[in-house]
Amino acid sequence: MKSFYENWLGGRDGAVGMLVLAVVIMVAFPLMFDIFRLNLIGKYLTYAFAAVGLVMVWGYGGVLSLGQGVFFGLGGYCIAMFLKLEASDLVSTQHQTTPGIPDFMDWNQLTALPAFWQPFHSLTFAIIAALVLPALFAWVIGVAMFKRRVSGVYFSIITQAVAAILTILVVGQQGYTGGINGITDLKTLHGWNINTTSAKYVLYYVNAVLLLLAIMVCRFVLTSKLGRLLLALRDKEDRVRFSGYDVASFKIFIFCLGAVISAIGGAMFTLQVGFMSPSFVGIVPSIEMVIFAAIGGRTSLIGAVYGTLLVNAGKTAFSESFPQLWLLLMGGLFIGVVMLFPNGVAGLYDGWFKPLVARWKSRRPVMVRVADPLAKSE
Amino acid sequence: MSLDKSIVLAIEDLTVSFDGFKAVDSLNLYVERNELRVIIGPNGAGKTTVLDLICGKTRSTTGSIRFKDIELTRLPEYRIVQAGVGRKFQTPSIYENLSVYENLELSYPAGRGVMGCLTFKRTETIRERIREIASMIFLDDQMETMAGLLSHGQKQWLEIGMLLIQDPELLMLDEPVAGMSVSEREKTAELLNRISAGRSVIVIEHDMEFVKRIAHKVTVLHQGKLLAEGNMESVQHNPKVVEVYLGH
Repeated sequence: MKSFYENWLGGRDGAVGMLVLAVVIMVAFPLMFDIFRLNLIGKYLTYAFAAVGLVMVWGYGGVLSLGQGVFFGLGGYCIAMFLKLEASDLVSTQHQTTPGIPDFMDWNQLTALPAFWQPFHSLTFAIIAALVLPALFAWVIGVAMFKRRVSGVYFSIITQAVAAILTILVVGQQGYTGGINGITDLKTLHGWNINTTSAKYVLYYVNAVLLLLAIMVCRFVLTSKLGRLLLALRDKEDRVRFSGYDVASFKIFIFCLGAVISAIGGAMFTLQVGFMSPSFVGIVPSIEMVIFAAIGGRTSLIGAVYGTLLVNAGKTAFSESFPQLWLLLMGGLFIGVVMLFPNGVAGLYDGWFKPLVARWKSRRPVMVRVADPLAKSE
Repeated sequence: MSLDKSIVLAIEDLTVSFDGFKAVDSLNLYVERNELRVIIGPNGAGKTTVLDLICGKTRSTTGSIRFKDIELTRLPEYRIVQAGVGRKFQTPSIYENLSVYENLELSYPAGRGVMGCLTFKRTETIRERIREIASMIFLDDQMETMAGLLSHGQKQWLEIGMLLIQDPELLMLDEPVAGMSVSEREKTAELLNRISAGRSVIVIEHDMEFVKRIAHKVTVLHQGKLLAEGNMESVQHNPKVVEVYLGH
């Protein structure tokens, strides 16, 4: 029990943070907002997975990935493929040239379901693929990069290139992937309509629970010896290497972990929003994810969630009134945060709010001490 | 006794060339079991490069480095460490943001894989060993201090401790007393004499007084080549050595 408290929740501070976050997203939001807004928040919370993954990869692993959208997208597409196949039954596709295949394939003159789509008839396969595929892809990138000691800005650029390449691939192969529109018109999950209000509530809560679990897993990793090793790695990589550790394998692990967490977000995105498209794979969404993590505080798992919510709330509010200005504003916000508050919202909380509370708590003893010399001088 | 005299490290015909410049030039060097060898030589003689080559930080152009029966020249760094070679760097290389205890714990040779790290538990054996090493390096009352707050000399000791906890058969120390006060040097000399029991040690050092106190055998390098080798006495009176190194 003690080890669960210390290792999975992160001691008193961590546990309080988790509890507050759980209450905010699982009690406060559902009470405050109608289902339309709540569904929107649910969508933002799926991005929070990517931000939490980035806290691990960037904040603790010390490698800035500008391609987390790739893993978000992979997770999302795997689930979307299953849902699309279920939506493309013979009855609803009877007016197509080839009934029984997804509509966009029919529009692109495909006459049979491609082989790689076949296994996605199974939900179990789709779920496993949504987790394993991103991990495998991250592992391949990780081995190629970290074994050769590619790091820093080179790693960032390469991940960005991967994001660009994958977007071009998805857009270009319209018949197989749905192209620029993505995979749309998703309706049911094993016959359960995911567009109803009750389904949206259920999915929102599943998403919230998964997010809290993901944070707990990360917390466990960080409180283990591996967490201390990551800290040591950022400090003196050579010392770690010459203490008998295969440095690359740790970076690969943390990169894969970030990828899987990001992919869970992608999968939940598809389920809650009802589609998946290349606009969540490419460079822009990947950089947005970095901004979420930066604003939340790149070494704070819980901060990353608040960061994501804040930026997206801002995005929604501003892009409704000043759609052109939003991108500039977000860029400015990112630069401002990195320059002025390198630890983001979490840094503000730790550096400003916590001391304030501490001072407030110790107010009375301080006043007593101040009173003494006054008494003497009189 | 004959086993004690067996060779642990055999460097043969080792050359490393950086764009044509030979930092180490067909070097032969043998280190015996339980020997404390000091390598001296003027700046740029290739002393640090030899250590870099042994521990895998730099890769040789030609030649071989055999540690016991293992060829080290193509082995990844972490495998060289796991084979039993420990190396201390010239400037103290410790984890400044971790406590002395955590520095030693990370260096303890257990749970070195990803899964090993995730399931690592602080057992009583490990705690005991960390305490033992900490008292050896005079830091037993600083366990919870952030390593970055230690004095320069203490940082040097900590790094030596981080190597000792791995119990390497070959320990390589690059200028272990650089930047230390006189009393710290005394303590370090004692420490080195104590830890060299049961293992081979290679030390690079400039401080000749210190070398005299610790060395069993001295190797003099000059321009990547072996200039002289032998006990301190014979090396000190070797005319070639006096000319290139000790003379000025």
